[in-house]
Amino acid sequence: MNSASADMSTPSPVSPVAPRLLYCHCRYAQVVPGAVKNEVLRRLCDSKVPFEAVPDLCELSARKDPALETLAAGGRIKIAACYPRAVKWLFAAAGHPLEVEQAEVLNMRTQRADEIADALLAAGFRPNLPLDRTPASASASDSAGSAA
Amino acid sequence: MALTDSQVCVYLHEDDGQAPISATDRFQTISALLEKGYRVSFQPSAHPAIRKNDREVPAIVSGSGSMTSVDGTLVPTTGTPTMAQAALEAAESVRERSGAAKPGSWLPWFPVIDYDRCTNCMQCLSFCLFGVYGVDDRGKIQAQHQDNCKTHCPACSRVCPEAAIMFPKYKAGPINGDQVSDADLQREKMKIDISALLGGDVYALLRDRSERARSRFGKERDADKALVERQKCLTKLGEIMADVPAEVLSSLPSPEQIAKRAEEAKARAQKALSGA
Ligand code: SF4
Ligand code: SF4
Repeated sequence: MNSASADMSTPSPVSPVAPRLLYCHCRYAQVVPGAVKNEVLRRLCDSKVPFEAVPDLCELSARKDPALETLAAGGRIKIAACYPRAVKWLFAAAGHPLEVEQAEVLNMRTQRADEIADALLAAGFRPNLPLDRTPASASASDSAGSAA
Repeated sequence: MALTDSQVCVYLHEDDGQAPISATDRFQTISALLEKGYRVSFQPSAHPAIRKNDREVPAIVSGSGSMTSVDGTLVPTTGTPTMAQAALEAAESVRERSGAAKPGSWLPWFPVIDYDRCTNCMQCLSFCLFGVYGVDDRGKIQAQHQDNCKTHCPACSRVCPEAAIMFPKYKAGPINGDQVSDADLQREKMKIDISALLGGDVYALLRDRSERARSRFGKERDADKALVERQKCLTKLGEIMADVPAEVLSSLPSPEQIAKRAEEAKARAQKALSGA
């Protein structure tokens, strides 16, 4: 676990409002294993919970898509995509930064599908974005969160 | 395509009084839409909450495969064998009628800056020949023209002394967004200073070679030799940045254009640094 991420050793207490769920399909690259993303999506579909699915979060960021504003501003959110550091700065680059205590990122590049789906559908919430810091104080190993 | 074009979002919901969507249909439909580049909001309630913004065109797909756009115009679905196919046709139809962007026309490959690491040194702005970087009104570095970035080229991440530039679709860390380790920072390739690159200024080297090529060209009238010089220079650049794709290297502008753009980029970086 990373000391500079917002990851917490125990899940936050369950709040009456369930975190929103966002699934990124990483459509334009092969960096997320197909079997992982398909299984995560299948579990979400089986569960019948509401969720948002985007073909490519990177593309939304480059487009500064206003949909990111809704996603960033609406309270707690669990995101199945890739590295938390990348997701943090993709939202920020679009002008809609995530709040570090409000986002949990599951990494489909490094985590198992069942682990990710379980975390998405569980009541608990483990925020894990890298904490904001000034670059002067950034040391190498504690600057990025990882859900791996 | 402009990055600010409007986009279709498909709202998939379960209609009142109709059979609910089966998990298989739901999965196949959402997968098919995502594969074609459409965003999906799955809301298993009878009345989906449409969060339309000025760049979103909603397409509403209901549980049974009957569908309508928000303006109430029904999109015919007869003859479509699967819900996935019907949903795709609906999304396409709404897109065509609204003039929204055709998804998938751009591969989203571009630099993402980690401002927890960035020191605003402007090396990336000086280095990039394609005008991807700029500064905001407070002189802060930004990736501004992401669609100018050369697909699969991670070269600017190599020149950033702070390992602050990510390409989330890159194969390996820390460029893909993985943690930055001490070893990464110490690694020579992560600490390339532009002035040290190629034993001097990369653009100066390109310029020198260009001048030598030009003088030989003048004497020998041998166009092929000038080309060979350029190839040599690009090969050298390629050796240093092994994963810069060949097509990017071969599509680099001429040495004269490179020199001109480099001067312009440096001037912009200098201006930003001096706060002018
Ligand atoms: S955010 Fe990560 S998972 Fe999503 S499209 Fe970008 S690289 Fe792929
Ligand atoms: S080279 Fe790196 S540290 Fe310097 S301005 Fe660019 S992103 Fe920031």
